[in-house]
Amino acid sequence: MVRYLLGRILAAILVIWLVITLTFFLMHAIPGGPFASDKILLPQVQANINARYHLNDPLFKQYTDYLKNAAHFDFGPTFRYQGRSVNDIIKEGLPRTAAIGSMATILALICGTFLGIIAALRQNKTADYVATFLATIGISVPSFVIATLLQYYVGFKLHLFPPIGWGDPNQLVMPVLALSAYPVAQITRLTRTSMLDVLHQDYIRTAKAKGLPGYIIVFRHALKNAIIPLLTFMGPFFAYILCGNFVIEYIFNIPGIGQYFVTSITNRDYPVIMGTTILVATLMVTFNLLVDIAYTLVDPRIKLTDQKGV
Amino acid sequence: MIRKKKWLVSVLSAALVLGSVVTGCGTSSTQATQGAGKQMKVSFDPGAEPKTLDPQMSDGVPEAIMEMNLFEGLTRLDKNNNPQLAIAKSIDVSADGLTYTIKLKDTKFSNGDPLTADDFKASWLHALDPAAASNYAYQLYYFKNAKEYNAGKATADQVGIEVKDPHTLVLTLAAPTPYFKSLLAFQTYYPVDQKNVKANKNWNTEAKTFVSNGPFMMKSWTHSDTMTLVKNPNYWDAADVKLSELDFNLVEDHKAAATAFDAGQLDGLYDPTPEDIVRYKKSGTLKQAPQLGTYFYRFNTTKAPLNDPRVREALSICLNRQDLITNVFKGGQTPAYAYVPGGIPDAAPGKDFRTVGGNFITEDIAKAKQLLAAAGYPDGKNFPTLTLLYNTNGTHQLPAQAIQDFWHKNLGINVKLLGQEWQVYLQTMQNLQYDVARAGWNGDYIDPMTFMDMFTTGNGENQTGWSNAQYDKDIQTAKNTADQAVRMKAMHDAENILMKENPIMPIYFYVQNYVMKDNIKGVLVNPMGDFDFKTAYLQ
Repeated sequence: MVRYLLGRILAAILVIWLVITLTFFLMHAIPGGPFASDKILLPQVQANINARYHLNDPLFKQYTDYLKNAAHFDFGPTFRYQGRSVNDIIKEGLPRTAAIGSMATILALICGTFLGIIAALRQNKTADYVATFLATIGISVPSFVIATLLQYYVGFKLHLFPPIGWGDPNQLVMPVLALSAYPVAQITRLTRTSMLDVLHQDYIRTAKAKGLPGYIIVFRHALKNAIIPLLTFMGPFFAYILCGNFVIEYIFNIPGIGQYFVTSITNRDYPVIMGTTILVATLMVTFNLLVDIAYTLVDPRIKLTDQKGV
Repeated sequence: MIRKKKWLVSVLSAALVLGSVVTGCGTSSTQATQGAGKQMKVSFDPGAEPKTLDPQMSDGVPEAIMEMNLFEGLTRLDKNNNPQLAIAKSIDVSADGLTYTIKLKDTKFSNGDPLTADDFKASWLHALDPAAASNYAYQLYYFKNAKEYNAGKATADQVGIEVKDPHTLVLTLAAPTPYFKSLLAFQTYYPVDQKNVKANKNWNTEAKTFVSNGPFMMKSWTHSDTMTLVKNPNYWDAADVKLSELDFNLVEDHKAAATAFDAGQLDGLYDPTPEDIVRYKKSGTLKQAPQLGTYFYRFNTTKAPLNDPRVREALSICLNRQDLITNVFKGGQTPAYAYVPGGIPDAAPGKDFRTVGGNFITEDIAKAKQLLAAAGYPDGKNFPTLTLLYNTNGTHQLPAQAIQDFWHKNLGINVKLLGQEWQVYLQTMQNLQYDVARAGWNGDYIDPMTFMDMFTTGNGENQTGWSNAQYDKDIQTAKNTADQAVRMKAMHDAENILMKENPIMPIYFYVQNYVMKDNIKGVLVNPMGDFDFKTAYLQ
């Protein structure tokens, strides 16, 4: 297990290094630059800027400099928001995004598993149809449509919650609802399918034959096995949702990290592009690893060894 | 089915009600309120999180709006856009228009530090310092040796900014600049507290170290969310400032800002989306202010067939600009039959540069056909397919399609549309790798020169490959004199050449579309599109 984990961590570092390298060179390959605008800079002004931000250095030197700094967790200054560093932006934005992301995930887990169980237990009955219908809507309607509808009807028409902003607890409700629609749907579907699978197995029949009460069969025996496919989905999903949903943050004007993740590319804000990409890559790798470990806890049949791999 | 829906509705509404009870009710619908203790509070969306609020470093409209309410220069524009003395007590100009002797009022920064001539000098030199690498350094190139210093070819003390005593500045310009007093009101010319700069290197990134000298000062700033400004008690004209608080909601999504305005969360915003403009116009909410800007198309004059001025003129006069504005742009813009927009004073008092210059473009499809035939393409025969370049951020595709249609219908010309991401588009245009490209230009100061000098030979903003010796000469004449009559005549002559040769095709003059609660009065909207809340109040 320890050997396995060490191997995985080394592999993770390699993956992150690859991501840095690819992103760095791809980013410099796209046309434009961080200081281009429709008002052309005079040659001397452009020269001053290039000198200040070391944009004149050979690309490979910029790359090695970046790697050196990144190894010390120094991701540099942002080119767009002068005087602020990428670390400042991550420090400010990530907790907000993570707050919304975690709330949406918890909400999705509770509602999704609940709906999924109901659907499986009442297979081909109205409750099942309702749950499947809701899940289909949640998957097919994009989050920005849900966000805009919420903003218009709940925020503007009903005046229940402020349409935009951050800081007040009631400003969280609509973004969390909009963000959780898709995972609720996914979790509902996954739970339903795997529950159905499990419910038809012999040991459940045995449990029923023993005369165990229904809720014990469902929660102690069936659910534990049914959530394994769910874990596969939740790991990368949680990493993704932690790094923000750009659209949701943009629509509700939430000062999270997701906004920067996308706008940095349009702005060609090189250090922010790098910083946010590394953040996402690191979270992805970490959560995948955590999920693999979680498998062993839920299902003793899975063992983490070099031979078996995961 | 109905039963299930009911179930869903009740669960959802229960969740919502629970949420609102837990978090303490919904929003209040009127923020622009005049509370009990004479508290006047207004919220406004300046358009984005500022890139920087160091006035010497910033170059965008959102930044200009915030800085205009936080800072004040030697002059400030009044409601007629004339510069009035602000921090300056008096301004004396020498006969040759090159030396400005400026006496300062005895004023303070928001933290109580005295504001002296040295603060102005150090701030301006900061903008020109090559190491600071300011985008807007060129706004200060009017000073003698400023350009040279910024290019590393002169030293800071050679720049024509002299502090005679703590309350007197003597400024030497490189060339006479009749609009210099109005430039002194511009953001790059605002003073920054040097004591504070020395104590806090990144003074302008957080509220607690932010010091300014204008009508308002910063109380709090949550990046990318809100910035709260309160009345600055140390402002010299604090008696004229009525608002006790000015909140900037830093919302970039115009659609979301409009929803917040509709829900009463926001008191004002500018530049709503075309759909919202239509909606606000219908409900009578839309407000408009003149803006110094022109929306136009560039022609690549280095490539056949657009190297023929007759072809360019034909393309320009076969449009129906009013029709485009009414049905496609929908923003209440003014059709542009010339290049320089209205709102710029001419030499004679009370005259406008545009009205003196008149219109140059007469839309005439028959004449357009004749011109095209004379150029060798009767009914568009043998005319190569043109590529029309536009940037995909913003609403430029529909108008491009409409113009594509005009050219096809009226002249038989085929046009291919090419949408590119902003930065790629900029580069394509700069490298002259296009046939026709959409463009826009907003004036930096109130003088025709801000529009005219970009089309001189080899200017970085020209981007059409067009060059005309007489045009260059006229612009040089205008730049070398302080005599407004001579200047304006030279610029009228130059515009005449530009509009005869048509390296560009003006389409409309911008207007600033905005919405603001009706009980908010006294907000000044200047033609650069900035909102000044100094004299704002609630009724």
